Amino acid sequence: MGAYLVRRFGLMLLTLFGISVIIFVLLRLVPGDIVDILFDSAGMVNPAEKLKIQQDLGLDKPIPVQYAAWIGGLMHGDLGYSYVSEKPTLSEILPRLPITAKLAGMALGFAVLIGVPLGVISAVRQNSWVDHVLRVISLAGLSMPSFWLGLLILMGFVAAFGTLPIYTEPPKTMLDGFLLLAVPAAAVGFRSSALVMRLTRSSMLEVLRQDYIRTARAKGASPGAVNFNHALRNAMLPVVTVIGIEAAFLIGGLIVTETVFNIPGVARFLVEAIRWRDYPIVQNLVMFIAVVVVVMNFLVDMLYAVLDPRIKYSD
Amino acid sequence: MAGTDYSAELNKAGANATGVFGQLRFLARSYPLGAIGAAIMVLFVFCAIFADLITRFDPLSTNAAISLARPGGQHWLGADFMGRDVFARLVYGARISLAVAISCTAIGSILGIAIGLAAGYLGGWVDLLTQRLTDIMQALPLLVLALVMSAALGPSLRTTIIAISIPLVPYSARVIRSNTLAVREMAMVEAAKAVGMSEFRVAVRHVLPNTIAPLIVLATAQFGSTILTEASLSFLGLGIPEPYPSWGRMLSESAAEYIRTAPWLVIFPGIAISLVVFGTNLLGDAIRDLLDPRQRG
Repeated sequence: MGAYLVRRFGLMLLTLFGISVIIFVLLRLVPGDIVDILFDSAGMVNPAEKLKIQQDLGLDKPIPVQYAAWIGGLMHGDLGYSYVSEKPTLSEILPRLPITAKLAGMALGFAVLIGVPLGVISAVRQNSWVDHVLRVISLAGLSMPSFWLGLLILMGFVAAFGTLPIYTEPPKTMLDGFLLLAVPAAAVGFRSSALVMRLTRSSMLEVLRQDYIRTARAKGASPGAVNFNHALRNAMLPVVTVIGIEAAFLIGGLIVTETVFNIPGVARFLVEAIRWRDYPIVQNLVMFIAVVVVVMNFLVDMLYAVLDPRIKYSD
Repeated sequence: MAGTDYSAELNKAGANATGVFGQLRFLARSYPLGAIGAAIMVLFVFCAIFADLITRFDPLSTNAAISLARPGGQHWLGADFMGRDVFARLVYGARISLAVAISCTAIGSILGIAIGLAAGYLGGWVDLLTQRLTDIMQALPLLVLALVMSAALGPSLRTTIIAISIPLVPYSARVIRSNTLAVREMAMVEAAKAVGMSEFRVAVRHVLPNTIAPLIVLATAQFGSTILTEASLSFLGLGIPEPYPSWGRMLSESAAEYIRTAPWLVIFPGIAISLVVFGTNLLGDAIRDLLDPRQRG
C-alpha cells in the first residue's frame, strides 16, 4: 500500500506537470495577446507604448522563460497579477471559490439524492412502466444542455414571479442565499442525477442477479431489506467511482450555468478570463481545476479500497 | 466480427424475416426506443441535407421589418432580433451540428484507434507514453479543454471541430487499447503470425476488427456529446462565430434578455439540440444492447 501510494503520488505530479505545459503552450499559440486586445479596443497605435506594456507583463520573453517564471512563482504561492484588473490572481480567484464550491456541492447532493433512489426503483421494477418512464426521463435529462435547462427555469421564474432571481452577495438571509443557489444547482444537478440514476440502475441489476441475493430472499428477508441492506450497499461501489468522475463532469455544467444565472463564481470567471486572454487567471484556474480532478480521482480510488475490502492496492 | 452472417444471426434471434425491410421491422420491434432514436436521427440528417428545400427563407439574410416577429404566419417559429427566420436558422443549423458531430467523432475515433492500437499491440514504452498522455488529457474536463483550445485556435468552424475532437481521443484510445490487450493474446493472432503475416497486417486485419464493437458504442455516445459541447462552446461565444446559424450560438444571442420579450428564441433552439441528442442517446443505447449484451441493463 505504501509503495502504491508513493507511485500514485508521483504519477499525480507528472500529470499535473503535463497539464501545466499543455495549457501554457496552448494559451501562447493564440495570435495576439492582451496588449493587442487592449490596443485594438482603445484605438491606440503607439508601438513604443505597446512594447513597454508587453515588457512590463513579461510577454516579450521566450515561452520557456515565461513558463519557468510561472512555475517558480507557483512554488512559493505567487500566482502573478491579473492583466485585466491588475490585482493579484489569488485575490481574484479566492473570493469566487466558495460560491462555486457551494454550487457544486449542492448540485452533487441533488444528483445523489434524486439519482440513487430513482435508480433503485428503476432496477427493482425492471421492465415495468415505472422503469420505462424513468429511463426515458433520465435519457432526456442527459440530452438537455444544462444552460438551456437554466434558461427554461429562468423563464419559469419570470412567468411565476415576474422577475428574474438576482444573485446578491452577501445574501439578505440564509434562506435567501440557499434558494438563490439551489435553483442553479438543480439545473446543473439534473443532468448529473440522470447519470447517477442510470448507473445505480445497471449496477443494482448486476447485483440483484447474484446468488447471495437469492439466498437472502430464500431465507425470507423482506424485499426492502434485500434491496437496501443487501443489494444497494454493493451496488453503490461503481456509483461512488462515477461520483468522483462526476466532479469533472460538473465543472462543464457549472461553467455554463454560472453564466446563465450570472453567478460570480470561478467557473464563469474562467470564461471571462479566456475571452480577455488574461493568462495568469486562465492558467492558474485551469491548473486548479486539474488539481481538483486529479485529487478527487485519487480520493475515490482510496475510498474504493475502504468500501470494498477485496480491493487491495499493491504493486 | 468480419464475416458474420447477419441474416442468420437475426433469424436465430427469432426474426423470421426476409429482406432488409423485414429485418428492420424486427429490430424496430425489439428495440422500440432505439427505433424512435433512429427516426429522430433520420429526420436530423434529412434536415441537414435538404435544408434548402425544406425552407425557402435564407438563414443569414436580415430583414429589419420582421425583427422579433412572433411565431406564426409566414415565419413559423418567428424571427430573431435581426429579422432572420428562426425555422430556417434551425434547419440550416442542423448542417453545422451534423458536420461537427460527424467530424469530431470521426477524428476522435481515428486518432484514438491509431494510438490505442499502437499502445495495446506494441506495449512497452509506447504504451507507457500514451497512457501518461491520456492521463494528462483526461485530467481536464472536456469542456474546459475544448474552451482553452478553441480560444487558442480562434473562432471558426474548423477550429471548433479540432477543439472538440482532440479531447475525445483519450477516451477512444483507452477503449481500443484495453480490447487490443485482450485480443492480442488470442490464438488467432498467434496463428496469423505463424503463417508469416507482418505485425502491421496482424494488428490492422485481425486485432482491430475485434475491438470495433465497443468503439461503436463509445462513438455513438460521443456523437451526442459533441453536439452538446459545440452548443456549449457557441453559447459561451467561443465556438462557431456569427453569422453561422449554430444552435448554441442562437441561444447565446437570445439568452437572458429575450426570456421576457421573445421566449421563442430561447425555446426552439434548445428543443432542437435536446431532441437530436436524445435521438443519439436512444439509438446509442439500442446499439449498445445489440453489440455488447454484457452491458445490457
